Amino acid sequence: MPSAPLRIAGASGFWGDRNDALLDQVRAGPVDVVMLDYLAEITMSILRGKKLRNPDAGYAGDFLKALGPALGDIVARGIRVTTNAGGMNPRACAEAVVQLARERGHAGLRVGLVEGDDVADALAALADGGAAAALANLDTGAPFATIRERVLSANAYLGADPIADALRQGAQIVVTGRCTDSALALGPLLAHYGWADDDWNRRAAGVVAGHVIECGGQASGGNFAGGWESVPDLANLGYPIAEVDASGDFTVTKHASLGGLVSAAVVKEQLLYEIGDPRAYLTPDASVDFTSFTLEDLGNDRVRIAGVRGGPPPEPLKVSISYQDGWTNAVGLTFVWPHAIERAQATERLLLERCAKRGIQIDAHHVDWIGVNGAWGPMAPPPATPPNEVLFRMAIRTRDRESAKRFGEEVAPLVLSGIPGACSGLLTGRPEPRPIVNFWPALLPRDAATARVEVLTA
Amino acid sequence: MKRFLFDLAHTRAGDKGDVCNIGVIARQPEYWPLLQRELTADRVKAWFGDWCQGPVERYELPNLQALNFVLRRALDGGGLVSLRLDTQGKTYGFALLRMELDVPDDLDVPARV
Repeated sequence: MPSAPLRIAGASGFWGDRNDALLDQVRAGPVDVVMLDYLAEITMSILRGKKLRNPDAGYAGDFLKALGPALGDIVARGIRVTTNAGGMNPRACAEAVVQLARERGHAGLRVGLVEGDDVADALAALADGGAAAALANLDTGAPFATIRERVLSANAYLGADPIADALRQGAQIVVTGRCTDSALALGPLLAHYGWADDDWNRRAAGVVAGHVIECGGQASGGNFAGGWESVPDLANLGYPIAEVDASGDFTVTKHASLGGLVSAAVVKEQLLYEIGDPRAYLTPDASVDFTSFTLEDLGNDRVRIAGVRGGPPPEPLKVSISYQDGWTNAVGLTFVWPHAIERAQATERLLLERCAKRGIQIDAHHVDWIGVNGAWGPMAPPPATPPNEVLFRMAIRTRDRESAKRFGEEVAPLVLSGIPGACSGLLTGRPEPRPIVNFWPALLPRDAATARVEVLTA
Repeated sequence: MKRFLFDLAHTRAGDKGDVCNIGVIARQPEYWPLLQRELTADRVKAWFGDWCQGPVERYELPNLQALNFVLRRALDGGGLVSLRLDTQGKTYGFALLRMELDVPDDLDVPARV
């Protein structure tokens, strides 16, 4: 008899996802591990800002809100939990988990902590020490020097091995900073099955399993373009579960008592989410070939993935750097029939003229006619009949905060002194400028970021 | 006959910086050869017009009967910078599904729109 698979449940796809999904995953059926992803490109820079204001902040506090009601079940049943909720301050997050465990009467709970992804303070030395070429923008090739003085955060994407280490040392809950999302699943698999460091096919399989369940409900019927009408009980959506065998082959499923749908079409959509060349999906744990495996719909919300093949990872680590990149603001007005588009066009010209006259500096601007072409721009077909209403939205970028603020003040006067037939849109009053925090993908020599693992005890 | 790509396929779009990827999945196995033949990188690039400033790469995943398109410089600088309503290109999969394709008469493709 083959041994039982390791059942890994996803319970968060980003910071802002449902906090009650963790309790659902723990209560509604058997699971061995729950992983929660909280980090997107923008999240680290927000968390860095919070940490600068308060040294005890800088992590995704939602994790504690999700964990609180579920902790009793997790402890009682020995469920392992992995999360990158640590963000910019994994130590503070792990200590908050320890505190929560003590308050709830779970003294002795062991909380793993993975640090070492934060390379912001080391960047200058790295750039001066010869890593400047590697730090060039991966997408544009622009040199690092162009943003060096404006860096807000810099985090290397760590892999699964430190998470596995923490679990082997007895941690029940593991908190990391920036790591690949899939590492939150692969780490527990490495610890459970003891796959070899160079067992690229099994590591790759763990990456694929993690990739499928890392985005919360997206692999169990949420955001399903292939037939949302057919998804049962979306209001009670159960998040996905990967049941992974020792071979690396796995079944995607969900708890039967919860809503949602796990079908071939649903899982295919998630497999294709945010990938590039499918033959070379690169992580620090393995390079994965997404064309290598078979996918079979077994029915009853079960989809089987088998035969994943992979190879060694690239030597460098990916690093995500965030930097200050000017200011943005957006204004809006709703225009009604007739000539709604023509009057929106006239308003764009009017705003640009007034801004120029008042010395408001605009580096780039963009106009949407929401209801006509807001989402799709040139791909939207022209309306067959004159639209009854158009939401005019105009957004700008500028280096100058004051210009962004004053641009926001230009819209309200238009109601009395602009083009007729307008009422307030969604962006009226005096919209406030927002700082633009841009994202700079780059590579780092692998030894530039060293993971540190520690286990705290409640 | 003409059919929307929506009738033949479903999509999911994702973003990484200024790169948008769109996975295109055949709704039925018999639609897959048509997608392979008709849905070229050039055609996708032309469809996005000046909203995709960089090249479009096209990859086949025969095991999923799916294509993956990688659109570079397609998000007005990236999700954190973009001035567009849809900063991350979340709706770009549906934008592609609006493309019309010539479907041979012997291929049964019900209209879904």
